[in-house]
Amino acid sequence: MVTASTAKASPGKEGAVPFLQIRRVVKQFDEVFAVDDVSLDIQQGEIFALLGSSGCGKSTLLRMLAGFEVPTSGQIMLAGKDIVSLAPYERPINMMFQSYALFPHLSVWDNIAFGLRRDAMPKAEIQARVEQMLELVQLKAYAKRKPHQLSGGQQQRVALARSLAKRPQLLLLDEPLGALDAKLRERTQLELVDIIEQVGVTCVMVTHDQEEAMVMATRIGVMSEGKILQIGRPSDIYETPNCRFVADFIGSVNLFKGTVDVDEADHVVINSPECLHYVSHGITGTAGMTVHVAVRPEKMTIQPERPQDDERESPEQVGFNIAQGVIKDLAYLGSLTTYHVQLDGAATVVKVTHTNAARHDASQLTWGDRVYVWWCGSDVVVLTG
Amino acid sequence: MTTAVKPVSFLHDKLTGAWGKNAVIGVPLTFLLIFFLLPFLVVFKISVSEMDNVVFKDLFVWADGVLQLKLKLGNYLFIALDDLYFQTYLSSLKFAAVTTLICLVIAYPFAYFMARSPADKRPALLMLVMLPFWTSFLLRVYAWKMLLADSGVFNNVAMAMGLLSEPVKMMNTPFSLVLGMVYTYVPFMILPLYANLVKMDLSLLEAALDLGATPWQAFWRITVPLSKSGIIAGSMLVFIPCVGEFVIPELLGGPQTLMIGRVLWDEFFSNNDWPMAATVAVVMVLLIIVPLALFNKYQAESTAGGRA
Amino acid sequence: MKLSAGQTTSRVWMTLVFVFLYLPIVTLIVLSFNASPMVTSWGGWSLRWYAALAKDTEIIAGFKLSLEVAFLTACASVILGTLAAIALNRFKRFPGRTLFAGMVNSPLVMPEVIIGLSLLLMLVSVQRAFGFPDRGLLTIWFGHTLLGMAYATVVVQSRLQEMSPQFEEAAQDLGCRPWQVFFLVTLPLISQAIGSAWLLTFTLSLDDVVLSAFLSGPGSTTMPITIFSRARLGLSPSVNTVATLTVAVVSVGVVLASVWLARAERRRAQEMSAAFRGAGG
Repeated sequence: MVTASTAKASPGKEGAVPFLQIRRVVKQFDEVFAVDDVSLDIQQGEIFALLGSSGCGKSTLLRMLAGFEVPTSGQIMLAGKDIVSLAPYERPINMMFQSYALFPHLSVWDNIAFGLRRDAMPKAEIQARVEQMLELVQLKAYAKRKPHQLSGGQQQRVALARSLAKRPQLLLLDEPLGALDAKLRERTQLELVDIIEQVGVTCVMVTHDQEEAMVMATRIGVMSEGKILQIGRPSDIYETPNCRFVADFIGSVNLFKGTVDVDEADHVVINSPECLHYVSHGITGTAGMTVHVAVRPEKMTIQPERPQDDERESPEQVGFNIAQGVIKDLAYLGSLTTYHVQLDGAATVVKVTHTNAARHDASQLTWGDRVYVWWCGSDVVVLTG
Repeated sequence: MTTAVKPVSFLHDKLTGAWGKNAVIGVPLTFLLIFFLLPFLVVFKISVSEMDNVVFKDLFVWADGVLQLKLKLGNYLFIALDDLYFQTYLSSLKFAAVTTLICLVIAYPFAYFMARSPADKRPALLMLVMLPFWTSFLLRVYAWKMLLADSGVFNNVAMAMGLLSEPVKMMNTPFSLVLGMVYTYVPFMILPLYANLVKMDLSLLEAALDLGATPWQAFWRITVPLSKSGIIAGSMLVFIPCVGEFVIPELLGGPQTLMIGRVLWDEFFSNNDWPMAATVAVVMVLLIIVPLALFNKYQAESTAGGRA
Repeated sequence: MKLSAGQTTSRVWMTLVFVFLYLPIVTLIVLSFNASPMVTSWGGWSLRWYAALAKDTEIIAGFKLSLEVAFLTACASVILGTLAAIALNRFKRFPGRTLFAGMVNSPLVMPEVIIGLSLLLMLVSVQRAFGFPDRGLLTIWFGHTLLGMAYATVVVQSRLQEMSPQFEEAAQDLGCRPWQVFFLVTLPLISQAIGSAWLLTFTLSLDDVVLSAFLSGPGSTTMPITIFSRARLGLSPSVNTVATLTVAVVSVGVVLASVWLARAERRRAQEMSAAFRGAGG
């Protein structure tokens, strides 16, 4: 049984020295900045996901951590020591490749033992460690097989075992679930996290799949065009995006463009063509500023009749955060229905997600119906960028 | 829970890394410089040297305290002005071109049919094509001598069957030469064509048919243009060596078939005129330099990819 | 209707080409058993020429030399060719790369008379200046290796291209220094290509006439040179016997290789189905 020798450190612990520090790292290829002045702190024991679409620089950053690319400038400190000048084979870091890269001419056992043999570990210890790893990923019976004799999911587990065998200080995952089909992916996401937490190793993963990042990571860094846009827990990123790109990248979002009419410490009123917005918290900004109001589809309520005043979140919000429109499109997805509503007063189409809590909820509304769409002031995020 | 990080100095590794890379490039490079490039320089030098009883006079001579360059360009002038040499070079190019064309005509349909055969049959077919290649080419060319001779197999069989009253002269003619060269080089044309055709995306042809093209039109407008690189590769693999062929013209050609490879051989072995042989070689290289550059360009493109 | 016409054309054309390719080979084999010394008139079946071959010291000596040269050539070609293939495939930019690539690839198409002449003239100049090397096995070996290297590079390079660089990166990630990566991971993965290259260059060397003729010295006559001289003079039964033996050896080799390959394929298919039957995902 593998014991976690470092306890699962809670991420972002106050005052803890960051285990991995990426300081102003730049990677330039000819004219292009693949990674543009990125700084990042990763705590020991956390699973950190770099999330972004292809070409955003996340893979380049990962390869710099592994040692396959050398930063044009900047520092990478692991446990206080700058590792930029170290070759990949000198770093206490191991990587699980997207294609697994299992050596086809070696058996599962030899694949896992490969890294241990390079360290000139005594035979008995290698034996013990490999068996420990096989136990961890539940592939003991397949030790003598060659990679081409395994299924995709089994190959992934061997790749994971191989990358954990040397007990690295940092584990890197490159699109860990990219090669698996959808059904397998779901199951594997959680299994993978279980194993990593069991071992207690700090992990940095790279993915373009936001669901993967949200499920697996303790913290996410959203990247675009070589820069990190926002870092935070999955809930932080989702509920409090700091810019339009992040808001739009994760899940769906409705954006209203408007000007700040009233700017108080505890509430803000914003004027947009579709409706008046009452935001239940203060913002950093001034009256007259142009901002975007972001409301998630599931935070909106859709109904054919006007909501009662006492249904609203607070009395001040009567007349605010409400719009009328016509249903342009709807998609029935079983557990929920997505409505696309064309709002009066503007060309804006908002997306509203409605959970079909009661059995015949969905049949209430159809194309062409006039509806009210409303939401609460505390469910709103104001974006200035 | 720490991994053992070997405390090897970065400088040491950088040196061995660079040393390793330099060795990987350096060893073959040195070999090629000595055994490929240097000989060409020597050939050029000899082609412009005086030859005095198989001893070469130096190119650089001190005369009146001044370094002079003595280039004997006589051989080059001779070749340029001599009609026979001109005819021989021209004839070599012509034979090479004809051979290339015939190889293409034979090989293209063959490669096409092979590429369209059921996938499990293809390795066997490929093996059958390669098998003659593995048996000695010298022996196979020799076999044509037996087949085409006046008292050879074809003539004997035809006469025995009453088709001929007297033997047809097939040996030592342009016909036998071209036949021999086509026979030898057809596999060189088949292989690149096959490699290209087998990788072709068949859905492109289906799209063409769907949009109204007949199979014949689809072939000429889609398949052939897409196999261009295979055609060029195969043609270069046949044309360039054919220009300088020696063995086949010697065994199967005759007095009518002027081939520059034979001339070079004779100048060297029979006349012992090394500078002349060298000159003939230099001119031959100049003739094939354009197709050679084309071939190298194709090779570089088809193997593009490799990491920084 | 169109389909079957196409299939017929396909079969007819392919058969004709195969007949064209194999006719001389079959002729050689049949006539090697010809009792009559007149090669082209049939005198019944006989093994006399095989008996004569056993006593043909010239050919036997030539064969031995050819084997030696071929073996040395294959080994040297494979080493140099693999190095060149790695240099071209893994190092994208280095000074002199175009020249390097040009020099590696050109012997593939360069007429052998040019290679032979130039190499000989260079070696003679060197001999004049330094007193060595003499023309013989060594010089033939140089020439054959130059040619063999070109072929070996092509074969190994095409394999390297197919091979994902992630294997070597994974090896580095797990602690291998560059030379360890080569011997533990790269080499095993390209071993089949190296084997093919070895066989290919061996065959080429065994068969070479022109380079050997230019580069040989007194007492170093290879078998192809002997055969060529005899063939130039006329038709000789000894050539037929050598041909038949060559064909026999090659065919047996190829058949064995295909059988072995087929068996390996069948075994792999069995293992795969066993793996998936017991697969728990």
